[in-house]
Amino acid sequence: MTTTLDTPGTARVYHLPEEHEHAEGSSTSLGFWLYLMSDCLIFAMLFGAYGVLGGNYAAGPSPKDLFDLPLVAVNTSMLLLSSITYGFAMLAMQKKLKGATLAWLAITGLFGLAFLSIEIYEFSHMIHEGATPQRSAFLSAFFTLVGTHGLHVTFGTLWLVTLMVQVGRFGLIAANRRRLMCLSMFWHFLDVIWIGVFTIVYLMGMLR
Amino acid sequence: MRRFRIFALLPVLFALGGCNFVVLRPSGDIALQQRDLLVVSTLLMLLIIIPVMALTAFFAWKYRQSNKAADYRPDWDHSTQLELVIWAAPLLIIICLGALTWMGTHLLDPYRPLDRLAREQPLTKSEPPLEVEVVALDWKWLFIYPQYGVATVNELAAPLDRAIDFRITSSAVMNSFYIPALAGQIYAMPGMQTKLHAVINKPGTFEGFSANYSGAGFSGMRFAFLGLSNADFDKWIGEAKASGGNLQRADYLELERPSENVPVQRFGSVEPALFSAILNMCVEPGKMCMAEMASIDAQGGLGLEGVNNVLPRALAYDKYTRRGAVFGPEPTFVAGICTIEELEAAKAPSLARIGVPDLSPLTGAGLTPPAYTTIRAPSMSLIDALRPTNS
Amino acid sequence: MFDNPAVLKAIFGRLTLDQLPLHEPIVVATFLVVALGGIAVVGAITYFRLWGYLWREWFTSVDHKKIGIMYMALATIMLLRGFADAIMMRLQQSLAFNGSEGYLNAHHYDQIFTAHGVIMIFFVAMPFVTGLMNYVVPLQIGARDVSFPFLNNFSFWMTAGGVVLVMMSLFIGEFAQTGWLAYPPLSGIAYSPNSGVDYYIWALQIAGVGTTLSGINLIATIVKMRAPGMTLMRMPVFTWTSLCTNVLIVAAFPVLTAVLVLLSLDRYVGTNFFTNDFGGSPMMYVNFIWIWGHPEVYILILPVFGVFSEVTSTFAGKRLFGYTSMVYATVVITVLSYLVWLHHFFTMGSGASVNSFFGITTMIISIPTGAKMFNWLFTMYRGRIRFELPMMWTIAFMLTFVIGGMTGVLLAVPPADFILHNSLFLIAHFHNVIIGGVVFGIFAGINFWFPKAFGFKLDDFWGKVSFWFWVIGFYVAFMPLYALGLMGVTRRLRVFEDPSLQIWFVIAAFGAFLILLGIVAFLVQIAVSIRNREKLRDTTGDPWNARTLEWATSSPPPAYNFAFTPVVHDLDAWWDMKENGYKRPLEGFKPIHMPSNTGTGVIIAVLSVATGFGLVWYMWWLAALGFVGILAVAIAHTFNYHRSFNIPAEEVARTEAARTRLLAGQA
Repeated sequence: MTTTLDTPGTARVYHLPEEHEHAEGSSTSLGFWLYLMSDCLIFAMLFGAYGVLGGNYAAGPSPKDLFDLPLVAVNTSMLLLSSITYGFAMLAMQKKLKGATLAWLAITGLFGLAFLSIEIYEFSHMIHEGATPQRSAFLSAFFTLVGTHGLHVTFGTLWLVTLMVQVGRFGLIAANRRRLMCLSMFWHFLDVIWIGVFTIVYLMGMLR
Repeated sequence: MRRFRIFALLPVLFALGGCNFVVLRPSGDIALQQRDLLVVSTLLMLLIIIPVMALTAFFAWKYRQSNKAADYRPDWDHSTQLELVIWAAPLLIIICLGALTWMGTHLLDPYRPLDRLAREQPLTKSEPPLEVEVVALDWKWLFIYPQYGVATVNELAAPLDRAIDFRITSSAVMNSFYIPALAGQIYAMPGMQTKLHAVINKPGTFEGFSANYSGAGFSGMRFAFLGLSNADFDKWIGEAKASGGNLQRADYLELERPSENVPVQRFGSVEPALFSAILNMCVEPGKMCMAEMASIDAQGGLGLEGVNNVLPRALAYDKYTRRGAVFGPEPTFVAGICTIEELEAAKAPSLARIGVPDLSPLTGAGLTPPAYTTIRAPSMSLIDALRPTNS
Repeated sequence: MFDNPAVLKAIFGRLTLDQLPLHEPIVVATFLVVALGGIAVVGAITYFRLWGYLWREWFTSVDHKKIGIMYMALATIMLLRGFADAIMMRLQQSLAFNGSEGYLNAHHYDQIFTAHGVIMIFFVAMPFVTGLMNYVVPLQIGARDVSFPFLNNFSFWMTAGGVVLVMMSLFIGEFAQTGWLAYPPLSGIAYSPNSGVDYYIWALQIAGVGTTLSGINLIATIVKMRAPGMTLMRMPVFTWTSLCTNVLIVAAFPVLTAVLVLLSLDRYVGTNFFTNDFGGSPMMYVNFIWIWGHPEVYILILPVFGVFSEVTSTFAGKRLFGYTSMVYATVVITVLSYLVWLHHFFTMGSGASVNSFFGITTMIISIPTGAKMFNWLFTMYRGRIRFELPMMWTIAFMLTFVIGGMTGVLLAVPPADFILHNSLFLIAHFHNVIIGGVVFGIFAGINFWFPKAFGFKLDDFWGKVSFWFWVIGFYVAFMPLYALGLMGVTRRLRVFEDPSLQIWFVIAAFGAFLILLGIVAFLVQIAVSIRNREKLRDTTGDPWNARTLEWATSSPPPAYNFAFTPVVHDLDAWWDMKENGYKRPLEGFKPIHMPSNTGTGVIIAVLSVATGFGLVWYMWWLAALGFVGILAVAIAHTFNYHRSFNIPAEEVARTEAARTRLLAGQA
């Protein structure tokens, strides 16, 4: 842009005669990326805390005594499938198919709820057995890291429902498409975080 | 009349001059070397700070608006040579300072045993260093002399020109153990052991205190540090022994309660494993020692049965109204299997080091390469015998 | 019903009448003063029927300029609170000798030094720099507003919400007695069971949300909204330092959020992150908090480095020397600020190699900082320096900051730190860089940009009075602390034994009193300037013959900032326009698209304060209600799709015609 403005020999132009529109929402994806990175840092700290405290069982149970890998594998597949179905929702959105978009979003939401239900079951089972967040630093770090992820999924689901209402009422207008895009990034981001959780907490916990 | 008014300031000057810049005039060799480093670093930096300040003042004066004679070059904004200088000059200073820092930090590492008692006075092997175990309590200091079996509160003494090995911990919150005349400070932390090696070269009574805020009684957490001749030190130990007090665990739990501005106390005898118990946070009867917990954890914990291995905290005292979190359970602790004496007696030499890692290999111990042999694989024989076996 | 303790507990949680500090005469007196002042202000606003105006034009405004001004006002008010704490500490420390306990008990004194640190960093310095960035950056890059105007308003109100919670702690309950970083185990539930640390946590969490979002907002603004022609290497230095600052904010504040979440879990749920038992690690907290804490000091100082750059080149009438190296120095500082956090606790026993690593990285930061210092120096060289107030603050900064920098490098030498750590030498050092750097820079910035914001200059005489009291007061207050540090006096002490120290504390207290006069003179300066505004009026929009784009528009700028989007050809865009005889366009105005105001930010912030208050006092119903309310309002807000409007071309033409008349009248 600057080269055309600075062409030698021509008088310098110091303002644009026409309104220079920054299209509404033109910064949104950058802004949302920045938000995701800040959220990522929160998870980094929680992973860090887990890394430091993960071996401090306080003479209590260790991952091997607690984790039920098949259950976690089912749980993981729920979340991964929800990411795929969200992808289908985005494809439908690109094709301007409102009904299909809503349907895929609903399926995504159901997968999200399934993930949350399994997680709540896992937590309640552990607490029932006495492995509470208070029992050891390892358990504190475990519940906080996994729980924070679960909380994110909860809010993502809430957001998803809100967006479904909005798409239903106002259609796939530009603002809603932008929002679907943001939620899409958020949802996939949570997926990536979960892969970290699954690897570092569950798999490496069993190998420890 | 006017010219005499200046004398009215004299008392102020005297007051200022009478101050004791103890950090700049210390009485121990370590503090002295730290002081030297401080001074050298300052001088090194003044090499660049003074010209900058002078140039600032000079340019501000020379290029003031009213000085029409001064050169005015509104478009002059770059000079490669100058840029090189302004990046290189600080860089050179920092290279020197960095080298000084690297060496100084290793040589004056508080974990490093002394290699001299004073300038041109190398350490003699004949005399073992004086060992002092330091515990920061709420809000006073406990000093245990394991070689003499005595302990004191808020008074510390050491013979002149004899190496002192401090091992430092805290009962509850973070503090910092600092005697400016003797050596730099090091934190005192619960469940952690820090070390300090120092020597006092001049006789006198010096001030020691906590240099890290630790709660309401923090201001009164000070003690006298006595630099004594050998004879005086022996006398001082003798007085402590004669004082008759006996510091057993129960007495310690009593002493541990928060109190402020505590006067000097002496104990003629001390339970031998008391410091280890404090460090391992298992003075309370029945509580698991950290060393044991660490070795159990290193073996993978005690399994699901372990969740029930907690006892309600039988409060030796109720420090505050409530100690537990609002949504948490009542305060508890993990029940121990071995006592600290058993752990000590088993003397798997590195057992005590598991909970409280010995950092000396990491500290470099001076510039000689550290011997990595001090940390051995933790011996688990003792714990294995006690663990419920699944096989 | 109300004599049933269970019911009372359900409603009021742990808030009981004895939590009100009625037995502390100082607090009661303060409360009366604040209450009377508050009633007077509220009464005046009601009497003059200003509520509607304030709500429409300010509280709900999404205009970055108004939000910037509100940040500055908030910071100024909190400066008074933070300084009141400072002077109380100085008084206590100069009295508590020879067996005297002074006039503050430990419970009160320990809250005061904690509150002083928290308030000065989070609620004075932060809003001051955020305010400056908010006001100036969009103007400097030729934008109409920030990228996310609503978010900007919301961020401000969240910061204000944190302020409200901190101020509440003064009169309801207590503030933390832990020092400003609340190290556990002292800040854990076992050793700080009362509401103080909870106030600390929730005030910082609420304000922290605002800070992080405002950081995201300004990065997006600088990256996306620059005027055509403004390449990265043509951005004014203040915009560059703002960009780096906001990158630091976004990369540091989440760390604070996370660590405070862990601390609050320890305190509320009984987890064991930072406890002594059950495998917790207090040392992890110290590491985590400083991973945020060290970048935080650069968050404060980088923007004012930008201010000094703008001021120096403007008042020396010269292009900034070494712009490129200035930019690289800023970026290097940004990166390095993440590699030095351990220098705050060399004395924790990390071992020599770790300590030397962090010591040396700390020293390396002084290289780019030194380069910046030289760049300002050579900007003055061969210039024509006008000693207006902003320039005076800059010179004072250059002379003062190098001393703070030197003592800082000194403290980065681990063995030297062992003898000076936590001493008053350290206190003197960081006040040396924060007052001599940040505060002087903020005053330079206020005096520099005030005419832009309000259309008239600040009074020179009172500005100079304020300047001299501040500068001299600073030296009188803090040089004795350097000396005391060398006498081995540590920080946060309430009473002293050695009577020979007293004289130094008395001198320091006198210095604090001089600074007080400096603050009063600053307030007088503003009052006098408002009274004499016609005489001080600037009609040109460019009172200092300055260089960057913000001076191309009128003072105060219209809501839309620039009638036509400017095109940039040079680093000093406005200087370039002036040199080339640029003529302001007088016709051809187009309608301008602008964001609409909204009250959502205020409402969510109020609900956040309610939630925080509920959590502090265990009033679970209030916390739950507040939280559900936040969600409901946020969701409802997303149903509003009409968030902007057009300023019609005629209105733009009218505004610009008024300016044309103004410029003609002055010619």
